[in-house]
Amino acid sequence: MTAHPAQNARTDQNRNADTHTDPQIAARQKWMAVLARTSRARLETQWSENHSSESWTHLREPQIGMVMVRGRAGGAGQRFNLGEMTVTRCAVTLADGTVGHSYVKGRDRIQAQYAALFDAVMLRDGSASDFIDTLAAEQAAAKRDHARKVAATKVDFFTLVRGEDE
Amino acid sequence: MYVAVKGGERAINNAHKLLAEQRRGDTDIAEIETDQIEQQLSLSVTRVMAEGSLYDRDLAALAIKQARGDLIEAIFLMRAYRTTLPRFAFSKPIKTAEMDVSRRISATFKDLPGGQILGPTFDYTHRLLDFTLMANGEAPTEAPSGAQPVDENMPRVLDDILNYEGLIQDEPVPVDENAPVADLTREPVKFPAGRDLRLQNLSRGDEGFVLALGYSTQRGYANSHAFVGEIRYGTVSVEIEPEELGFAIDIGDIELTECETVNKFKGSKTKLPQFTRGYGLVFGQNERKAISMALVDRAMRANEMGEQIMGPAQDSEFVMEHSDNVQSTGFVEHIKLPHYVDFQGELELVRRMRAEVEERLAKSDAENGTSQPEAAE
Repeated sequence: MTAHPAQNARTDQNRNADTHTDPQIAARQKWMAVLARTSRARLETQWSENHSSESWTHLREPQIGMVMVRGRAGGAGQRFNLGEMTVTRCAVTLADGTVGHSYVKGRDRIQAQYAALFDAVMLRDGSASDFIDTLAAEQAAAKRDHARKVAATKVDFFTLVRGEDE
Repeated sequence: MYVAVKGGERAINNAHKLLAEQRRGDTDIAEIETDQIEQQLSLSVTRVMAEGSLYDRDLAALAIKQARGDLIEAIFLMRAYRTTLPRFAFSKPIKTAEMDVSRRISATFKDLPGGQILGPTFDYTHRLLDFTLMANGEAPTEAPSGAQPVDENMPRVLDDILNYEGLIQDEPVPVDENAPVADLTREPVKFPAGRDLRLQNLSRGDEGFVLALGYSTQRGYANSHAFVGEIRYGTVSVEIEPEELGFAIDIGDIELTECETVNKFKGSKTKLPQFTRGYGLVFGQNERKAISMALVDRAMRANEMGEQIMGPAQDSEFVMEHSDNVQSTGFVEHIKLPHYVDFQGELELVRRMRAEVEERLAKSDAENGTSQPEAAE
């Protein structure tokens, strides 16, 4: 029994995203994915501590809606509509005219607003890049911790040893 | 026919107040918070999201609380809420091949690349009530960790292993990838229904109904003996491509359970026999539903496979018209609502019919000149 080698090497926590060929857009895809996974409280605190002097306006007030999630029959075949998920979107304009966008899972308007603000700040001058890097590292670590707990439940029929630490 | 009634406002208000009081229960006992439901009754939450067809854990928890734990009522609340929201976009098809798995098992291959990963499962528990949960509460425990995380590139049993040898049919992909995808929330369902519509219908269908139909296929009401090729449960990211941005963005992760079944062969004198497939995909952790869905999906492919229809699970129209528990409960339960006018009509009809029969009997008695027969005769 032979298995195909896996097609795509995936390294970071946003590996599912279809990474854009334009490196600037690819970088933006990455920070938007990180922001979409960051709690409102975290974003709010960071903003008030480091960016509260920014002046900005809503280009589009936070709005709650839905995305219809699509799957594929058999994972790779014909597309079908699986079901919807709640999503909140927002767009903001900074004083210099930079526009930031966000689309985040769930119904937290404030989270969406701060995600858009950080997107704008990142686009303008990257001044939240340390924050984004910290968040990305935390998210990757949390994911890895979970994946290690999952790995401890792997059945080994040959050696009857469960959990590599034992 | 249901005819609207007026009046009874005060009784209705009071009934709802009584409902609220009963929902709260004994006030000496702490009120349950929705975040407790979200965290600690998470499988109820995922069922409500799957059948409510709306992925939002907080809303599902709220619906469960409001519905006093009646999951179909909670699903109804979710469906009602979703009608109030605009739809921003369709996602790009999610990639279950890239799922971050919390569980992944195969019943067809013991030793497979990536391994059998049990994850958080009730399987192999003894189904004995654990009274410590009642007596002392749950002891805080931390699950052990492996030295290495689980493989990121988990091969797929059907596509990467079985299909490598050509032993299983390919999933047909339409020539036109941009062809419209059926959506039962926007257009009325028409038959014969395509597989896209069938899968959407099953994924949000009632778990009990889909389970029973899946079971019926195993008991002989369809002939599609199934193995579980692979079950995986975990998270996938959802991507959309907003027009104002013009590139795909990742908006967050959702939990899914996927099941692929390997079913009996199809082939002909000229075509090599191959295994066939059934597919199940549902929101959240629910492999009972995912397996059942895959069984019924395969059964409903009877026409495509040139199989004889021998059971209800193969009859798409029957399955799809009865799978939705909000629709079913709406119609079943509506007969308890006032039908006074309707019933008045029926009453008058039956009285008239009785009167006619009585009149006819009296007339024939009179004509025959006979007395009433004795009771003993």
